[in-house]
Amino acid sequence: MTNLPFEVPTTSANKGDTDGMDFEARGQWAMVLHRFLHNGQAMTGLLAFTLMLLVSGVYTALHPNQFSHLSTDFNQGPSAAHLFGTNGIGIDMLAQILKGILQDLQVAVLVAVMSVVIGTLVGAFAGYYGGKIDNLLMRFVDLVLVIPVLVVLIMLAHIVAQQADNWFYLAIIIGALSWTYIARLVRAEFLSLRERDFVEASRALGASDWRIISRHMIPNAIGPIIVNATITVAGAIVLEATLSYLGLGIQPPAVSLGLLIEQGQSAATTEYWLFVYPAAFLLALIISVFFIGDGLRAALDPRKNRVRS
Amino acid sequence: MASYILRRLFIGVGVLLISSVLVFVLVAASGDPLALLRQNPLTPPATIHARAVQLHLFDPLWQRYWIWFSHVLRGDFGLNINNISVGHQLHLKAIVTARMVILSVVLAIVLAISVGVISALRHDTIVDRTTSVVNFIFLSVPVFVVGLVLKTFVAVPIDQHFHRVVLATAGEQNPLATGNFFQRFPDYLSHSLLPTMTLVLATYSSWAIYQRSTVLDVMDSDYVRLARAKGISPRRVLLRHILRNALIPVTTIIALDFAGLLGGAVITETVYGWNGLGRFFLDGVNGQDTNVVLAYLLLTATIVILFNLVADILYGILDPRIRYGKS
Repeated sequence: MTNLPFEVPTTSANKGDTDGMDFEARGQWAMVLHRFLHNGQAMTGLLAFTLMLLVSGVYTALHPNQFSHLSTDFNQGPSAAHLFGTNGIGIDMLAQILKGILQDLQVAVLVAVMSVVIGTLVGAFAGYYGGKIDNLLMRFVDLVLVIPVLVVLIMLAHIVAQQADNWFYLAIIIGALSWTYIARLVRAEFLSLRERDFVEASRALGASDWRIISRHMIPNAIGPIIVNATITVAGAIVLEATLSYLGLGIQPPAVSLGLLIEQGQSAATTEYWLFVYPAAFLLALIISVFFIGDGLRAALDPRKNRVRS
Repeated sequence: MASYILRRLFIGVGVLLISSVLVFVLVAASGDPLALLRQNPLTPPATIHARAVQLHLFDPLWQRYWIWFSHVLRGDFGLNINNISVGHQLHLKAIVTARMVILSVVLAIVLAISVGVISALRHDTIVDRTTSVVNFIFLSVPVFVVGLVLKTFVAVPIDQHFHRVVLATAGEQNPLATGNFFQRFPDYLSHSLLPTMTLVLATYSSWAIYQRSTVLDVMDSDYVRLARAKGISPRRVLLRHILRNALIPVTTIIALDFAGLLGGAVITETVYGWNGLGRFFLDGVNGQDTNVVLAYLLLTATIVILFNLVADILYGILDPRIRYGKS
């Protein structure tokens, strides 16, 4: 079967092919949505993610202080009263985990927004104008590749580890190191978009550089940007959890899943609930985001733009 | 080829010099090496002053950089906060980390390529779907979680079952072990097994996913279809046409990911209490030990640059379309 061009025009000619298959012409975004909705893996991810977000949001809104509420049920295993047990000072694990999920997402979303905005702008300017800006960006990205991101993060996180309520600083630091990938990607997209006829046409019509970039080029590069924004979210959750495990991330009394794992690891064989549940939720959170991202990537792949009706 | 390698080495040294400046500025800006001393209210101001003079803290930044760099050139990397030469420690710790990282890289490459190729050849079967999900799980799970799970739910039950330490969970070797390398080999093995496994599992998945999609792309290409149409045996098509082309791109990915692998080694060493470079670096950061942090960063940068160079050269050997130095 040959690949048809990007969009299938609605003519009687493609109402069916030699194999007797019927085709239905759809708009680009309708096809993307259709493919995403029919991707079991992506929908599982989306469902799990939404569920975790909703439950933790609603629970935390209803019981805002439960995650630090001390009770006299010390080191209780899972029971009806404490679904995921309690820790050594009687705090309910479920409340902590739900609060931790929200905290992780708060960091991750800020990181993703930062990465997308900075990465898209820098990549767009480098790809559109080329020359010196482009050279400077690519050399900077080369330098960033030389030292492991985690290592630089450890050094920077050490500075803000003492700050009260440091999730914000933490997110800024992770974001400041995470945008380079999106920048490279947008640059590569722009290098090819720059030569396309519709860009040439709008330039001939007298559109300003900013208008060409914002109205014509960024919308055409939006697919890879969205996919990589989700990957950035997953990456940020991993980085934050790792820093928290090293004691350089979220600091008590705030909670994050990484911090809970760090606190529970020493008791993992005796009080398994202190370690297993936070770890399971951390994994579920990251994997659901990855599934959504992978589903978006598959759905946005222009090579699959023909949909069997 | 030789001129290309020389040119790349030259550029590599340049990148290394620039990154050494960056690293120095970053470390200098990231904290006060006398912070711990200042926290103690009983430290006499004269002591702090003397320490600051000793650490050249009153000198301009470029001069401090030059003092440090001259120590690097002499190979001792300056003194740490307790006035011990960093160079010697770096050497000892590097051997420990190398034991974990080299073995892990080799095993991860073998695992990633076999998993990737097999799931591509069996694409859309149950084998492929299962490995895809497993790959995704290992792509998602942070290194420290893999390490902790293996430690608590593999090593501890096994050790309890045999009533002795079969799989060690702390340290890179038994400090009391004696004898030559072969006598100590079982001890090394017991200490290395889980950390190596952790690093392999945390690294292989993204390479395997990439390998799978490359093989699928190559299988879909015209030259493979032509080779099949010509009646070349499936085995020969697989070995000479598919694998030969599909193994090329993954070398770049592995080289680019090498920095990430060293980051993973820091975590793995923390989980298993290895006295390697990662611990060395973390202790350096926590103790504001400037020269230790600098030495680690410079060594890491050197390794990554060298690895990228090797990958580029390999790329040229594997892909006959890429011939360097002809332009």
